[in-house]
Amino acid sequence: MREVGVISFAQAQNVRRESTHNEVEILAPVVREAIEQSGIAKTDIGFTCSGSSDYLAGQPFSFVTALDAVGPWPPIRESHLEMDGAWALYEAWVRLQHGDIDSAVVYAFGKSSLGDIAEIMTLQLDPYYVAPLWPDAIDVAALQARALLDAGTATERDFAQVAARNRKNAMNNPKAQIAGDFNVDNLLTEEYIVSPLRKHACPPITDGAVAVVIATGDLAREKCARPAWITGIDHRIEAHALGARDLTSSPSAKLAAQKAGLNGNVQIAELHAPFAHQEIILKNALDLGESVVINPSGGALAANPVMAAGLARIGEAAQRLIDGDAARAIAHATSGPCLQQNLVCVMEAA
Amino acid sequence: MAELCAVVGVGQTHYSAKRDDVSIAGLVREAALRALDDASMTFADIDAVVIGKAPDMFEGVMMPELYLADALGAVGKPMLRVHTAGSVGGSTALVAASLVQAGVHERVLTVGFQKQSESNATWAVTPKAPYSPPVVAGAGGYFAPHIRAYMRRSEAPDDVGIHVALKDRLNAVRNPYAHLRNAEITYEEIKASPMLWEPLRFHEVCPSSDGACAMVLTNEAGGDAADSAAWVWAGAMRSEPTMFAGRDQVNPRAGRDCAADVYQQARIKNPREEIHVAEVYVPFSWYEPMWMENLGFCKEGEGWKMTLDGATAFDGDLPVNPSGGVMSSNPIGASGMIRFAEAALQVMGRAGEHQVQGATKALGHAYGGGSQFFAMWIVGSEKP
Repeated sequence: MREVGVISFAQAQNVRRESTHNEVEILAPVVREAIEQSGIAKTDIGFTCSGSSDYLAGQPFSFVTALDAVGPWPPIRESHLEMDGAWALYEAWVRLQHGDIDSAVVYAFGKSSLGDIAEIMTLQLDPYYVAPLWPDAIDVAALQARALLDAGTATERDFAQVAARNRKNAMNNPKAQIAGDFNVDNLLTEEYIVSPLRKHACPPITDGAVAVVIATGDLAREKCARPAWITGIDHRIEAHALGARDLTSSPSAKLAAQKAGLNGNVQIAELHAPFAHQEIILKNALDLGESVVINPSGGALAANPVMAAGLARIGEAAQRLIDGDAARAIAHATSGPCLQQNLVCVMEAA
Repeated sequence: MAELCAVVGVGQTHYSAKRDDVSIAGLVREAALRALDDASMTFADIDAVVIGKAPDMFEGVMMPELYLADALGAVGKPMLRVHTAGSVGGSTALVAASLVQAGVHERVLTVGFQKQSESNATWAVTPKAPYSPPVVAGAGGYFAPHIRAYMRRSEAPDDVGIHVALKDRLNAVRNPYAHLRNAEITYEEIKASPMLWEPLRFHEVCPSSDGACAMVLTNEAGGDAADSAAWVWAGAMRSEPTMFAGRDQVNPRAGRDCAADVYQQARIKNPREEIHVAEVYVPFSWYEPMWMENLGFCKEGEGWKMTLDGATAFDGDLPVNPSGGVMSSNPIGASGMIRFAEAALQVMGRAGEHQVQGATKALGHAYGGGSQFFAMWIVGSEKP
């Protein structure tokens, strides 16, 4: 495999509601910042790939106008996935393996405030047997959290501790939406939204955008003092039917980690766990020890721009490698109800 | 490229206005199983699945690949979902091929589908958005002005579209999977059909179809081992903005650049001579002459002459859409992949009644958005 490294990362300020800018306007400065910071001229970028979902804006082809954020003229090599941007980065990584081009910009955007995001996610469910019952994203996640409690793997206090730690970490992330030093006992006095999930154990509703530039071998070394080299990247999917799965584990995350060559000695893990209990499931699936710093950015509990939050995990982990804060990290992204699909990206820098 | 890529299996559903005998999962599985059977494989042989479709609003399911994972045998495997508007079927095949060419996987199943009977696609593409004026005209209303601009520029006779429609609909009679198969259709009937978006009449417009198309792609070893294979000589995508003052919407630069890229990769100097058959994305009759020019098969302004001279006819020197094309079957998310798959069938010599004799090199083409997204591949009977 060709050496490919992350050399630049930019993100929008994550906010509850960006009411004065549309998706293109949120995205344009982020893409520009990522490209300028990479040191590669925009016209020299070899490939462009993005991730988004039409359902957030409630209109088809929302990615089409988003392309204006790149300014694709003269025409560019470009592709789009109706997936989180982390998978767009995967497609770009595959494309760079061909050998004819050396760099790519990957972006993702999610303006979750435009509709009722929890109800919109219902439309991801089996359209014949499940969606008509209209369980929303929190209902479905609550089933998983309940399964975890029933299995004796975790407690509601564990969920609160995960939320408190992530949001405390977010105090060092100026782009985070929710940050603060929360008292676990106080968090446990909140009302349930859907038992056993209280507000703190659920992701915020976030408008945001993310852009990442990746480059191969010598170009990456020329443009970046310390590229975050992707040593392995893989993704796997599980069956969709919730009843067909053991919701307390994540075999697809575990398998993706094996295929990506995760062997335990990482210092940082950025896990895309929108719900607090999902971090516990992922930590077990990925066999992350106590020494691993999980979500130094605050993770998806501090900012959850749907369709961009997974790519943000890769960017956040890479940035810490680029900055010299760590030598080896993993980033994870998820999609689908109850962690149905998972991507693992192992990176290192020296 | 690290690896060669070959098509070793093709599967299609019958295309029709409403497949109410199957769910969405049943529809995609039908195409996937036919492609696997064609490749003498099962789901167990497949390393990864790449699926594509156009807007999720056409079925009302957000990211339906999640729900389709088990129907497509993807559990425990990587699964990607591509969406590049109308070009998506082509882009999906190219992303799948990319996985093989990069050396990441050996055998990839790729599927494109649309079940348009779940909604009304014409109106699903033009909803009222909160911050931009809706076109409220469907795709035909969007493209008709481009066609009128082409007619004015090229000074083409005003019945070229009728000739394209007649040719494609008669070609479809040879294709058992086509949606519209009417051996009785005539020039007069097309001309007499109601005007929908001037100059496009009812019979000059693609149907709205349910359907799926699938292919099995392998690396060189897989292609060598197969009974028949279509080798991928070239593949490219290009995109440009929907609108800006300097854009030529009739003859878009992204299409010209994309064509130039695939010709260069395939070492083609004279495409009219060296390409033996083309499956080109023509959802509205007049797009045949327009794309003939954009693809460099003739000089600018002369595409309509290819149609009227019979060059693009089934027995012409460059048969275009012998399958009947998008004009005869249009499950949007699959339509681009059908073009790519039909090109593969032609060079494998397995296109049945619509086989073009002696075709050893074929072009598959798809476009989408406001004629701004292009995906193309060239396949051949021999290795590159």
